[in-house]
Amino acid sequence: MPPLAIRAYTATTALGRGLDAQARALRERRSGLRRNDFAPLAPGEAPLDCWIGRVEGVEQAPLPAHLASWECRNNRLAWLSLQPDGLLEAIAAAVARHGAERVAVIVGTSTSSIGATEEAYARLEGEDRHFPADLSRPLLHTPHSLGAFVAAATGLSGPCVTVATACSSSAKVFAQAARLIQAGLADAALVGGVDTLCGSVLFGFNSLQLVSSEPCLPFDAHRVGLSLGEAGGFAVLERCDGDEAPGSLQLRGYGESSDAHHMSSPHPEGLGARLAMIDALARAGIGAERVGYLNLHGTATPANDQIEAFAVASLFPPTLHASSTKGWTGHTLGAAGIVESAIALLALQHGHLPGILNSRVPDPANGPQIRFDNAEATIDYAMNNSFGFGGNNCSLVFARA
Amino acid sequence: MLSAVIEGIGYWSRGLPSWEAARAFALGGAEVADAPSRPSPLLLAANERRRAPETVAVALDVALAACQAAGRDPAALPSVFASSHGDMAITDYMCSTLACEPRTISPTRFHNSVHNAAAGYWTIGAGAMRPATALSALEASFAQGLIEALVQLAAGDDAVLLVGYDGAATGPLARVAASRGLLGAALVLARPDRRGAAAGPLLRAWLGDGEAGVGDGKLSARETGNASAAMLPLFDALAARHDRLALPAGAGRILQVELAHD
Repeated sequence: MPPLAIRAYTATTALGRGLDAQARALRERRSGLRRNDFAPLAPGEAPLDCWIGRVEGVEQAPLPAHLASWECRNNRLAWLSLQPDGLLEAIAAAVARHGAERVAVIVGTSTSSIGATEEAYARLEGEDRHFPADLSRPLLHTPHSLGAFVAAATGLSGPCVTVATACSSSAKVFAQAARLIQAGLADAALVGGVDTLCGSVLFGFNSLQLVSSEPCLPFDAHRVGLSLGEAGGFAVLERCDGDEAPGSLQLRGYGESSDAHHMSSPHPEGLGARLAMIDALARAGIGAERVGYLNLHGTATPANDQIEAFAVASLFPPTLHASSTKGWTGHTLGAAGIVESAIALLALQHGHLPGILNSRVPDPANGPQIRFDNAEATIDYAMNNSFGFGGNNCSLVFARA
Repeated sequence: MLSAVIEGIGYWSRGLPSWEAARAFALGGAEVADAPSRPSPLLLAANERRRAPETVAVALDVALAACQAAGRDPAALPSVFASSHGDMAITDYMCSTLACEPRTISPTRFHNSVHNAAAGYWTIGAGAMRPATALSALEASFAQGLIEALVQLAAGDDAVLLVGYDGAATGPLARVAASRGLLGAALVLARPDRRGAAAGPLLRAWLGDGEAGVGDGKLSARETGNASAAMLPLFDALAARHDRLALPAGAGRILQVELAHD
């Protein structure tokens, strides 16, 4: 595929707002996870006994007045996540070059603003059980709430889509943007994803018995489940103009596949995961030995990690440094693709390769690629894996110009 | 300009349970008198067929019908699933349960609540390891899905399956995010230079400014309450062999579509 320039990128997670906060916590091996204090909406219910990656200060950061009709936790986090790292300036520059109608908005989420729908159900009014007035806003109660809000908040008017393929959502947006730009429907794209903690995900994953009562331990022999988190992140992609500054960041390849196996368990031999990784490497035109860092999906559930480790070991040489960063941020679901792409891009840009946090005893099934300790190395290619419910897989390859 | 050959069409709504029935109705015929009240997608095992949410059932039914009409192996096609709201009955269930007994959420209903449930069941049932995506863009959902399918062809795929569907809103949610009935429609789209045995109309599409307006075809007029009804001008035009239409593409833009019938 023709490389795409990454003009700016950013992430906001439990580690803080923007790339500096992410990079510092990764280097210092400081987790953003805390004991769950996300109060259930149902009266008399205690929070689930687990650890979460909650973004500080969302409650104290209302949307600006001109966007007040979009008010909800997910759109707030989207707004907060748009602010750092020169993202708005990069959007303005793309608009100046191409026009707002030539910049697409392609964002991923798993639950969008369903937290607002949950709240409306908890506060139903009257005998006819209607939504309270402050939540009777149709644009909050639909999966496209996120994409429509981001378009409204940025003024971009190119093709606007919300991708919702569970935990691969905000990785697939890179692939979709690349195709859209290649086909000439847009000259640039704002891609990203946002997911916020809400009852659906906390109690939903709890119902599947996939949530750990302790901070998650990716690829540890004693891992028992995941820690859920919330996050937002974005990137501005643009067709390369043939005069890219040396060292500037690019999307070089994407690979997508389906497991064709089960709604909520991965293919037992990791076939879908392998297909996505092979396809991404092929599109980037590189062999597996060129990849310096791979951010694994690595949810810390017993089955997922084992299968991903197996798939990675079957494709990559032992020299690869691969890790899951979910011990820092929690599993941010539909935002995992953009957050972990940002972490892979940081590794590519600065040469600090994160390991795995809190995990101590490697699972015997881990290959030598899976590293618990941080490392320093100059790398040429970084990769990110994001795998979702429904067996929906996406891998991305990034490089410097 | 983006283009594709429409190799196969699938359609299901209550009273019009196939593309043949829908086309006949669009041309002035009647509804099917003894039509089933629920689609029964043959791709799923019998017990799953009964338990699948309506939205999954309708999406899989029309997807399989389109592949059969195209003579294409479902396992060989990448797929794009476009739905404005996903399954609103499950959203209603999740939100109602969370408001009173959150620890009793059903694991099956939870995993069926993801927007890509239909895409997931499709790839599992069809044995398709090709990429599948699920997207939403309110009334522009089908137009954005069509754009994504067309750019996949432009990027090199031989043929792509596109499915649009929405079900009914239930409970308190229905008052703020209305959708009625059950509607699904699907296309198998092929690159003009790589079309399969089943040749069909040539579709060309491009983005323009403007409002799409309300479809005046009989299928559009019949399903005005469904959140996916915005896709129906295309199916009316396919039935009546019209050659121009516009679909809402969001933010005051339209997807202009031109059809050349063989």
